[in-house]
Amino acid sequence: MNFEWSGVWDAMPTMLDGLLVALTATGIGYVIALVLGLVFAFMRRSESRWISMPVGFLVEFIRSTPLLVQLFFFFYVLPLIGISVSPLATGAFALGLHYATYTSEVYRAGIDGVPQGQWEASTALNLSTRRTWTNVILPQAIPRVVPALGNYVIAMFKDTPQLLAITVVEMLGGAIAIGSETFRYSEPIAAAGLVYLVVALLMAWVARMVERRYGQVRV
Amino acid sequence: MSEPYSSPSADVMIQFDRVVKKFGDHVVLRELNFSVKPGEFVTLIGPSGSGKTTILRLLMTLEQVDGGTIQVCGDYLSHMQRGGRFVPADERYLRARRKRIGMVFQQFNLFPNMNVLQNVTEAPVRSLGLSKADAAERARDLLDMVGLSDKVQAHPMRLSGGQQQRVAIARALAMRPQVLLLDEVTSALDPELVAGVLSVLKEIARTTDITFLCVTHEMQFARDVSDRVMMFDKGQVIEDAPPEQLFTQPAHERTRSFLHAVIDRSG
Repeated sequence: MNFEWSGVWDAMPTMLDGLLVALTATGIGYVIALVLGLVFAFMRRSESRWISMPVGFLVEFIRSTPLLVQLFFFFYVLPLIGISVSPLATGAFALGLHYATYTSEVYRAGIDGVPQGQWEASTALNLSTRRTWTNVILPQAIPRVVPALGNYVIAMFKDTPQLLAITVVEMLGGAIAIGSETFRYSEPIAAAGLVYLVVALLMAWVARMVERRYGQVRV
Repeated sequence: MSEPYSSPSADVMIQFDRVVKKFGDHVVLRELNFSVKPGEFVTLIGPSGSGKTTILRLLMTLEQVDGGTIQVCGDYLSHMQRGGRFVPADERYLRARRKRIGMVFQQFNLFPNMNVLQNVTEAPVRSLGLSKADAAERARDLLDMVGLSDKVQAHPMRLSGGQQQRVAIARALAMRPQVLLLDEVTSALDPELVAGVLSVLKEIARTTDITFLCVTHEMQFARDVSDRVMMFDKGQVIEDAPPEQLFTQPAHERTRSFLHAVIDRSG
């Protein structure tokens, strides 16, 4: 087997186009995962079983089925119910929903980690439920979950090649396209792998910086 | 159905009427009756598990009664009237009544995401609607009173247990409660820090007309500040007397053996 480094280099412009797509899907998906995960966590804590039980079921269901299945599901089912969005938007949504089930568990652990005495002190000071959440509980819960949330952004980024299944061409898709034109697969796929590696390492570094800045109750 | 509840009365601050509290099958309070007058300092003593802390938690609405009623300032705390019937109080009703009551906890429970000043100003701003400047002025006065005017900007976790508890006292007082509940406030403190907290409380009891309900194992403190001491056992008041009488001539055998055990232990 002969491997030409120039082939790796030649694939780079396509890789950067693909990277933009992957980062878009990760970015939108991550925002969805952060917000929706918190919503799920709240709903699962609801005193009403009519809210907590269905949400609990939904979270377990999504968490226990493969992302790829969910991608196909939304890709083929959303248009049937009259929602037609781009494959990239569908992919970002599916990615966000999938990861929201993980972040909701992270939030839940973070919220449960705030001592009971903090709730009791808030009641004794007659703070409203909303103020107790926004000013007492979440400011203590969120710093506890920053490291875990940071890991999920990297995991999501590494899951973006699965979007290829619903025609979203990011780096792996771009590499295969080059391969099918030039009949050389090893160089463009190596290029894709290299970009995944570099970007994932960068993300890990950024996550550590964020963690250092916000990842604990400042003393 | 006949009216089962006694009517509210003006010269009573706290009224427990046949209060029952259970945790599962375990009955903590069995048809408990007692009342506290405005401005009174009442100390609850008794073996652990006798239901003293439960009484404070019921008053703070951290627990709900399983039977009977509690009145504070003549208002039902546990129940409200709706269409001529008594129903368990809802959150809005509870918040309106809870304003009158403050609590200091054994474990301080300061907010670790706020500095000392913010701990004291948070509730007056968010719950009473004070301006930030007014709340800060009130907080500085109170922190001065508890001897922590130099710790205003400090983080609670940097303070000693005794200092944290004094911040917690200032935080409770900033809400200007009519009733202050003290739940074993010195039990988590190192021995040398207890005196500072107790002297602050003595001063507050002497200079304000706040009604105190205090659970403590500090018998000398109870003797010094209380107007009345209630001895609890198995969910009921077995003796209720002024401190000099209860500590020197306890009428009940159970009180005698309890005081013996406590005073022997503390030397």
